Amino acid sequence: MLLSEDKEVQDAEPVSEDEVDELLVEEVSIDGMCGVY
Amino acid sequence: MSVTDERVEAPAPDFDPDRAWRVHPQVALRDESFGALAYHYGTRRLLFLKSRPLVDLVSALDRFESATAAIEALIPENEQAQYTRALARLAKSEVIDAR
Amino acid sequence: MPADGMPLRERFTQGLDAPICLTWELTYACNLACVHCLSSSGRRDPMELTPAEACHIVDELADMKVFYVNIGGGEPMLRPDFFDLVGYAVDKKVGVKFSTNGTRLTAERARRLAGMDYVDVQVSIDGALASTNDSVRGEGSFAAARTAMDNLAAANFGQFKISVVVTRENVTQLDQFSAIAESYGAQLRLTRFRPSGRGVETWDRLHPTAEQQRMLYHWLLERPDVLTGDSFFHLSALGAPLDGLNLCGAGRVVCLIDPIGDVYACPFVIDKEFLAGNVRGDGGFAAVWRQSDLFRSLREPQSAGACASCGSYDACQGGCMAAKFFTGLPLDGPDPECVFGHGEDALAARDAAAHPGAAVGHSKVDRHGTPIPVPTPVRFRTGALA
Repeated sequence: MLLSEDKEVQDAEPVSEDEVDELLVEEVSIDGMCGVY
Repeated sequence: MSVTDERVEAPAPDFDPDRAWRVHPQVALRDESFGALAYHYGTRRLLFLKSRPLVDLVSALDRFESATAAIEALIPENEQAQYTRALARLAKSEVIDAR
Repeated sequence: MPADGMPLRERFTQGLDAPICLTWELTYACNLACVHCLSSSGRRDPMELTPAEACHIVDELADMKVFYVNIGGGEPMLRPDFFDLVGYAVDKKVGVKFSTNGTRLTAERARRLAGMDYVDVQVSIDGALASTNDSVRGEGSFAAARTAMDNLAAANFGQFKISVVVTRENVTQLDQFSAIAESYGAQLRLTRFRPSGRGVETWDRLHPTAEQQRMLYHWLLERPDVLTGDSFFHLSALGAPLDGLNLCGAGRVVCLIDPIGDVYACPFVIDKEFLAGNVRGDGGFAAVWRQSDLFRSLREPQSAGACASCGSYDACQGGCMAAKFFTGLPLDGPDPECVFGHGEDALAARDAAAHPGAAVGHSKVDRHGTPIPVPTPVRFRTGALA
């Protein structure tokens, strides 16, 4: 299993692979921007 | 109602790049200057695809017999591992699914 | 960093060609009169958008690929065309969340909603007990909201949201809110109390203290499943950032369309200072979003002003425009709830005359035009909650 798929790794402090991953993909809740009811 | 109960998510299957993939039918891609927004209407998840090559790769997946083939055709060799991981991340969030 | 080197967050401050999502207040009519109402709702505006105009807005949002619209009011379920409009939106692939006080969410309507796709429901309460809640929202409002939640549960609607405005009085009830949400399998949402609308008058008394906000911040850090609407980004100066974009989205990635088609930077700045235009103009909503002077100026780099020398400015971005504007503070300075206390200093130093009073807005008034006391109790119609 790739490190990037391991949920525990995802939730832990970023290791270098996750930091590199954040270069390409970032997730935000649709409720994650301020100025909404 | 179609909202997934996010507290009871099934464990994500391993991403198999040798399978055939496509943009999930409930996902909309919206081009932006930085790449694209991806929104999953079913899960309400919003993701940012932060490079144009990633957006092109994702959009092209359904034209290749495997993700590996798409990556090899479209991504420079020294970035292929990184883009494979990016696709795995997108698969985990159901932005792409196996076809 | 994305390939061209600009951090995403910075790119968002420059705005997008279309909002990612936005708030749409369908009506100023409301059957409650909450003391903190951000939109000073109560009376329907005579110039309210017609059903046809409302559908035209949906058409525009769909063309612009706006994914999601947050419908509110006033009480949106008071619009006679409420279900038609929501159905029209989801049919055009604009997802809907609507926010309701629950007084009109009957068992039958809950079943109708349960049969619809891509519709999220958010029920508002401001206390975990009737006493706490009703002191803000009116006698009977807690019971009505709980009945609405029971109706959604009985209809197998699925996961809905429970949204709370955090105040000095309910911030001690966070675990209880959590328990209520858990009992329904609902998602808890906590949002910041801004001094907007009728909140201008009640903010001093009801906004959480600095100590309470620190406690809230740590509580939220431990519960990433609690939604916040990114409304506590000013607290990110305390340490690790909370979930969300952590920036003011007003006029950049979100905005408000109000019941008469006025477009404001966000629902918390319903004031001519933050009015960008009206959808009834040539070019409709798209022209306002893309070309209005206000939004263009919000998409320029903002001045840090008095905050420039603070090492935390990057984390908090100087906080919330609405919080500053409605407490009479300059926009290029600290948020009134700055975690380092700079806002309190600024409030003390501020000229009392700078503090805007509450506008009547659409609050219910007596025959002399004087706003009636709030909160007012819920008057249950016979059978309304059957």
